[in-house]
Amino acid sequence: MIESSILRKVAMALSGLFLILFLAQHFTINFTSVFSEDLFNKLSHFMGTNPLVQFILQPILIFGVIFHFVMGFILEIKNRSARKVKYSYQSGSSSSWISRNMFFSGVVILSFLGLHFYDFWVPEIKYKYIEFLPEDPERYYEELVHKFHSPGRVAFYSISFVFLSLHLMHGFVSSFKSVGVNNKYSNTIKTMAIAFSVIVPLGFIFIAIFHHLNG
Amino acid sequence: MNLKLKIWRQKNANSSGEMVDYNISDVSPDMSFLEMMDVLNNELISKDQDPISFDHDCREGICGMCSMHINGRPHGPDDLVTTCQLHMRKFKDGDTIIIEPFRADAFPVIKDLVVDRSAFDRIQQAGGFVSINTSGNTQDANTIPIAKENADKAFDAATCIGCGACVATCKNASAMLFVSAKVSQFSLLPQGKVEAKDRVLNMVKQMDEEGFGNCTNTGACEVECPKGISLENIARMNREYLKASIKD
Ligand code: HEM
Ligand code: SF4
Ligand code: FES
Repeated sequence: MIESSILRKVAMALSGLFLILFLAQHFTINFTSVFSEDLFNKLSHFMGTNPLVQFILQPILIFGVIFHFVMGFILEIKNRSARKVKYSYQSGSSSSWISRNMFFSGVVILSFLGLHFYDFWVPEIKYKYIEFLPEDPERYYEELVHKFHSPGRVAFYSISFVFLSLHLMHGFVSSFKSVGVNNKYSNTIKTMAIAFSVIVPLGFIFIAIFHHLNG
Repeated sequence: MNLKLKIWRQKNANSSGEMVDYNISDVSPDMSFLEMMDVLNNELISKDQDPISFDHDCREGICGMCSMHINGRPHGPDDLVTTCQLHMRKFKDGDTIIIEPFRADAFPVIKDLVVDRSAFDRIQQAGGFVSINTSGNTQDANTIPIAKENADKAFDAATCIGCGACVATCKNASAMLFVSAKVSQFSLLPQGKVEAKDRVLNMVKQMDEEGFGNCTNTGACEVECPKGISLENIARMNREYLKASIKD
């Protein structure tokens, strides 16, 4: 798709950073469901009906996700084929497990996204664009709480977010290196990136468990 | 000490090769790793067997010729040394030592532990130089002011000996640490700035053509590099490559 190895890296990094922006926005809205049913409904109603969000931002997001994991697959295949005869023994001490297994954590996230789309996005699209049901600005909170009744789903969500956290812990810092950022702010960026990578996924887990216990 | 060695034997580039077990006794802890290999080879020769081929030249850590993947790490268990500077005191009596060639498709095995690293030479030829007119009116280097910080960074990058340990250890067999060191050692200096744009584009193009993998910033190269070349060079090369591609 992209011929130069460095540009592939940059594409990976930019799409990853874009997904992180989305994640921050998604988290902020979801978190309101913990303290205000009303605010959560209002924000969700806005996101669900605003034409700019629906017809411009949403397609860009879907493209971003697909681009990122298709590039991820290409990268993985290329990199595996750069060493066809493997070592009989290779020590893992010189790099972290997660940095070597970005593809694995990515696939876990992808399978989560599959379920997540099935849970929320498919019913949304059906509701709005196939069955053309009348818009009810109060329905979002109920739907959310209802999904988190099932302990299996809460467990799967939580495990996926642990992998998201790992994926981001390497990916967030790595993406800055990929686009060539290396200056006196690098350490600050690293600290903030790691904080984000822990706090946001933990926050998502908290939301799921919160509604499971209170719903 | 007595040691058990498991060594990769491969007749030539086209044969498939296998791990072969050897026992070696009375190894002195003061021997260098390559001396231990020499002793083993003498034994093999005296038994009329084919000695094990391995690369070496200076045996003092400056030429970048020695290689070998020892117990899962390029240049073995010691940090910041080449295989020729590794000593047997890093091992214990009764240890098993696994010795393999550096592995990457871009570094094909020639025989036993010897791999063909000429891909690095071709990358260098693509731009790892400064073109200067040597007709007699060349400017004295000492008259060109260079910030101390940049001189130091360029010098650090220039200490890369081109051994290929970075490729050998990288899970993606990526050559980015080597190439970025060779790009940085020039681009940080005024003498190298003139050709900086073409250099980075051409060297990266050659690197990709040689079949090295893509860097994913695992950082293993930096840890295993016998010269401590920093990952910072990779970020610098990415930055220069991006700038050069955008301006093109
Ligand atoms: C859809 C499933 C996903 C797959 C298959 C996937 C796969 C990958 C792969 C293979 C890499 C490159 C490996 C590396 O650079 O070490 C990567 C990097 C990255 N991913 Fe993902 N990922 C997925 C989802 C996500 C999501 C949802 C986010 C963020 C919210 C994300 C953020 C990042 C970032 C920031 C990088 C770093 C880019 C770089 O190092 O240059 N990924 N991903
Ligand atoms: S960067 Fe380090 S490991 Fe790579 S070739 Fe240069 S000296 Fe060897
Ligand atoms: S033989 Fe020259 S660096 Fe090891």
